[in-house]
Amino acid sequence: MATATIETRLMRLWETPHSLYGFFASTDHKSVGKRYLVTAFVFLLAGGVEAMVMRAQLIKPANHFLSPEAYNQLFTMHGMTMIFWYASPILSGISNYFFPLWIGARDFAFPRLNMFSYWTFLMSGIVLYTGYIAGYAPDRGWFNYTPLADPLYSPGLNEKFYCVALLLLTVSTTVGAINFIVTAFKLRAPGMSIGRMPLALYGTLTASFSNIFALPSLSVALAFLFLEHRFGMHFFDVSAGGRPLLWQHLFWIFAHPWVYIIVLPALSFISMIIPTFSRRPIIGYTWNALGVAATGVLGFGVWVHHMFATGLPPMAMSFFMAGSMAVVLPSAISIFVWLVTLWHGRPVMSTAMLFALGFIFLFVIGGVDGVFTGSIPADWQVTDSYFVVAHIHYVLIGINVFPILAAFYYWLPKITGRMMSERLGKWNFWIMFIGMNIAFFPMHNLGLLGMPRRVYTYQAGLGWTATNIVVSIGAYIFAFGVLLFVLNFFWSLIDGPIAGPNPWDASSLEWATSSPPPPYNFAVMPTVRSRDPLWEERLGMGKRSDVFVGPVISDEEKVTLGTTPLDGLPQRVVSFPEDSVYPFLTSVALTAICYGLILGLWGLALSGALFTFFFVTGWLWYAPKPVEV
Amino acid sequence: MTSNAHRARDRVRWARVPRWMRTIVRRAAFAGGVLLVFAACSQAPSTLRPASKPAQQLFVLQWWLIGIAFAVMLIIGVLIVVPLRHRIRTVADAPLEDGGSTKPIAVGIVISALILAAVFVYSAVVLADDARPDSPPHLAVKVTGHRWWWEVEYMSPDSSNAHQNVVGANEIHIPVGEPVQILGTAADVIHSFWVPQLQGKIDLIPGQTNVFWIRADKPGRYRGQCAEYCGLQHAHMIFWVVAQPRAEFDAWLAHARQPATAPQSPLEAEGKQAFLTAPCVLCHTVRGTGAGGKLGPDLTHVGSRLTIGAGTLANTPGNLAGWIENAQAIKPGVAMPRLDLPPATMQKILAYLESLN
Amino acid sequence: MATTIVQPGGTPPAVTLPVNGKPHHTSGWWGMILLVVTEASLFAFLLFSYFYLDAQNTLWPPPGPPDINLAMINTIILVVSSVPARLGTMAIRRGARARLSLSIVVTMALGLAFLIIEAIEWSQKSFTPQTDAYGSLFFTITGFHYAHVAVGMLMLLVILLRNWAGHFNAHRHTAVENVMLYWHFVGVVWLFVFTTLYITPHWWR
Repeated sequence: MATATIETRLMRLWETPHSLYGFFASTDHKSVGKRYLVTAFVFLLAGGVEAMVMRAQLIKPANHFLSPEAYNQLFTMHGMTMIFWYASPILSGISNYFFPLWIGARDFAFPRLNMFSYWTFLMSGIVLYTGYIAGYAPDRGWFNYTPLADPLYSPGLNEKFYCVALLLLTVSTTVGAINFIVTAFKLRAPGMSIGRMPLALYGTLTASFSNIFALPSLSVALAFLFLEHRFGMHFFDVSAGGRPLLWQHLFWIFAHPWVYIIVLPALSFISMIIPTFSRRPIIGYTWNALGVAATGVLGFGVWVHHMFATGLPPMAMSFFMAGSMAVVLPSAISIFVWLVTLWHGRPVMSTAMLFALGFIFLFVIGGVDGVFTGSIPADWQVTDSYFVVAHIHYVLIGINVFPILAAFYYWLPKITGRMMSERLGKWNFWIMFIGMNIAFFPMHNLGLLGMPRRVYTYQAGLGWTATNIVVSIGAYIFAFGVLLFVLNFFWSLIDGPIAGPNPWDASSLEWATSSPPPPYNFAVMPTVRSRDPLWEERLGMGKRSDVFVGPVISDEEKVTLGTTPLDGLPQRVVSFPEDSVYPFLTSVALTAICYGLILGLWGLALSGALFTFFFVTGWLWYAPKPVEV
Repeated sequence: MTSNAHRARDRVRWARVPRWMRTIVRRAAFAGGVLLVFAACSQAPSTLRPASKPAQQLFVLQWWLIGIAFAVMLIIGVLIVVPLRHRIRTVADAPLEDGGSTKPIAVGIVISALILAAVFVYSAVVLADDARPDSPPHLAVKVTGHRWWWEVEYMSPDSSNAHQNVVGANEIHIPVGEPVQILGTAADVIHSFWVPQLQGKIDLIPGQTNVFWIRADKPGRYRGQCAEYCGLQHAHMIFWVVAQPRAEFDAWLAHARQPATAPQSPLEAEGKQAFLTAPCVLCHTVRGTGAGGKLGPDLTHVGSRLTIGAGTLANTPGNLAGWIENAQAIKPGVAMPRLDLPPATMQKILAYLESLN
Repeated sequence: MATTIVQPGGTPPAVTLPVNGKPHHTSGWWGMILLVVTEASLFAFLLFSYFYLDAQNTLWPPPGPPDINLAMINTIILVVSSVPARLGTMAIRRGARARLSLSIVVTMALGLAFLIIEAIEWSQKSFTPQTDAYGSLFFTITGFHYAHVAVGMLMLLVILLRNWAGHFNAHRHTAVENVMLYWHFVGVVWLFVFTTLYITPHWWR
């Protein structure tokens, strides 16, 4: 049997028909990944526009460009969009596209669930933004403290949109997390033991475990708040025996791990990029892997540092201060691992590498200014001031946006099959890097000068005016940098040089297949016996892995190889479900429930629930294929 | 050697430094410069100009952290740029390598751990020191956050004598050099009490009273502002702490304890009548008159206040007139409604309120 | 039952692997374990909220400790319902489809009894979800659990229908394993809910 024949037959087996049905039914993780990336990027642009409008308001004191209502909606929508609808989904996008490619599998463990995860993410964003368009945008800040968010002080549908849109998103995120974990533990290529996994997996895995444990806390908080708003219950109002701080505990127990959820996968992408462009395997693989996992665990023990000013007993707070100091260490490990790898390598100054190195510097700033918020007395001055605004942006832009752009410059050639412009890329980097620091570094100073966060305007003569002008200008420079990226992307689609399978001469499995990869990913199932399967021979360790020769498994059924969780020994053959529209329909039905709950249309909510049941049943309804014994 | 030659030599040396490193050094110098310039010349309610012992301690801690931050940034910045000296452009130009040692990672971690441990210990010491004042406070002030103003109640030393408490708004007078206990709470949503020059923040939370203390070591006025987002006019929830020598403070408190001044002129007397018959009394109290509303700030001594609208405007007759006329235009969303008083009535009420010093 | 592994170039198969394999090797089983873990966390946070407000209020529960009788009966019913659920799993592992159907029906009957008794108990309460924070928490926690039992019933219904449609045999029945696992979880988590809401107010008097 010639390989060409096998490829044709695999193609026939795995390709999704290019039709309307195919669009809604495709379970291919690569198309799901692309949709995640595009959708999340659109949310980034939306959040960016919101930020630009806010910076126009703040460019001078006592400005009347925006009403307080408009400003409060903008900063809330900006925070929610960036933190929930951009930062995590964009990482899911990269991981969705590359997870099976990194581990040498043909798809996710649950391809239909994967697709459901995407549609639900999209729907939740639509729910949020229909609220905005209809004039019911959440306007109580992304962490939405009660009692301000309680029905008494926030009548109207705004809070209902907040609760329900986020609840729908947690559904998407939870099933996505489960899918990542099972896929990583069950579908790795034979021989890819836990110590040979590409480092990128550790970030996404840790984030997924954090999601499993942290998201329920948010769900509970949102459910409580929604029940208050929809059914007049009491959880947070003192007059009925509730407590405002219950919201803060539930929210931050979720939200501090969430910070790591939206940075750890990004860090681990960097751990793939730096070795490639340092032209050497990473030094301190184990350190890095354990450091990432430790960050995820310690991340659950620091939530109270968001509540240092709420009047908790100093002893209790000191415990969390110790935790907040300790959680810096595993992140420091990653930085030293990258630096040592850099020093022992021959760094190639590609755009992806520039973004990666720029990221390290921004990560350091986001780390050292984070120490201020971890030290109780220092936090008393900086919390809720612009210092914290600076910090959160160094964390979210520095440790999410920059790594994501590094990942785009690195991996987009694999996705599109075409190279981006390195020349434009370098302009892109420097403009973003400089804009970022002009916009956000002086914000630290604004905080130290006493400017509180979330003010729609400020008075003249307080020493804040000049800095605010600088910050606004920096923000516009940064935005221009983002536009250069968009430009570069479209240029590469139209006119970019053909990438070929491995343009960066990298070592991991995704570079062993064509760019873009075929629907079945790999014609033969690779066998992996080192951390850098594509570099083995040149590193002088001899050829160990079989990347291009190996078993096809089957060209008659959609199957991949299941392996043992730790050692990656072949265990079984896993069959995949066919394409299906049920996951999409389920998402739609869930969305109907959401609108029903928000608007109090019980008929709509009930029929949504009924259809959800039917669609899920249809989704799971399949007879076993006859197997020969 | 002339100074020009010196300079020329320095320039040459500077040019020999890799371009990357020069960029970093310039940026660090610029950032540090920005920080210092603003710290020195600003009139801001700045944490960098502490006016009390606790704020001074926080300030010193802050500068240590800033110092560590810049040192770490500099070191890591150098560690990032130095390996780039090979200036390799494409992956094809560099063969693969292996080997290398993980020892530097361990060294880096140990150093980081030591720095963090030191920060922890230092912070814990400041925390313990800040938890209680050197001497027991003689004055307790209850501060209640409202949307969007501050109710200030000077507690009588004798707690059985609650009617001796003095109620004011948006202004806290304290004696210089003495610790003052603050009993912080909120009437509606969460607010946060922050006078950067005197002390760190403390949240004012409905249903609980957070006890802490402030002090001012120099007489003067210190700006405070709500730091926890509390809705529409969070930006205009400002207050002033006025630190006075003890004798001056005692005199002020004694005066503040008095009921409102009686009208001194016919215009003021007519103003009082107009005030008492206008909707004002539904929300405002003027002690010694029939006005006993509790929803808005106590106006017994409003004429002597520094600002109106919780720090939104300076307290001038013009501003006050504008405020009474249409507060909604100045602070949209504030509980004070648009009154649309006839000009004559307005003149009278204005005269009366100005007289309440 | 096995799939032949095709080597390019027509080399003979190197190894023979089972399709899907033992239930606890399947991805579906792992997925259900993770779902149970995240659901367990959800209940943990609900109970955390209960204990938090318990600690913050001097009078808790405001109406006095709840009457334990009906809840005790319900506890027994739900714990007992795990037995037929388990028997069903064991039956299908041997390929006994009729026995599986019987087990599912018995489990569902017990589940239904639980739901009815719970509804009766709710109707007898002196407070409503709107009364105060305790009332809200009581009805929310038991309501969340109620919803989980109800969803479990739907899941049982689906595997009953699928069993009738002949989808399961001794080798392929991950769905059955998963639904039963979920049902056991619903029972176990009730023990925590029961202890928190019904027992601790009596202990800590």
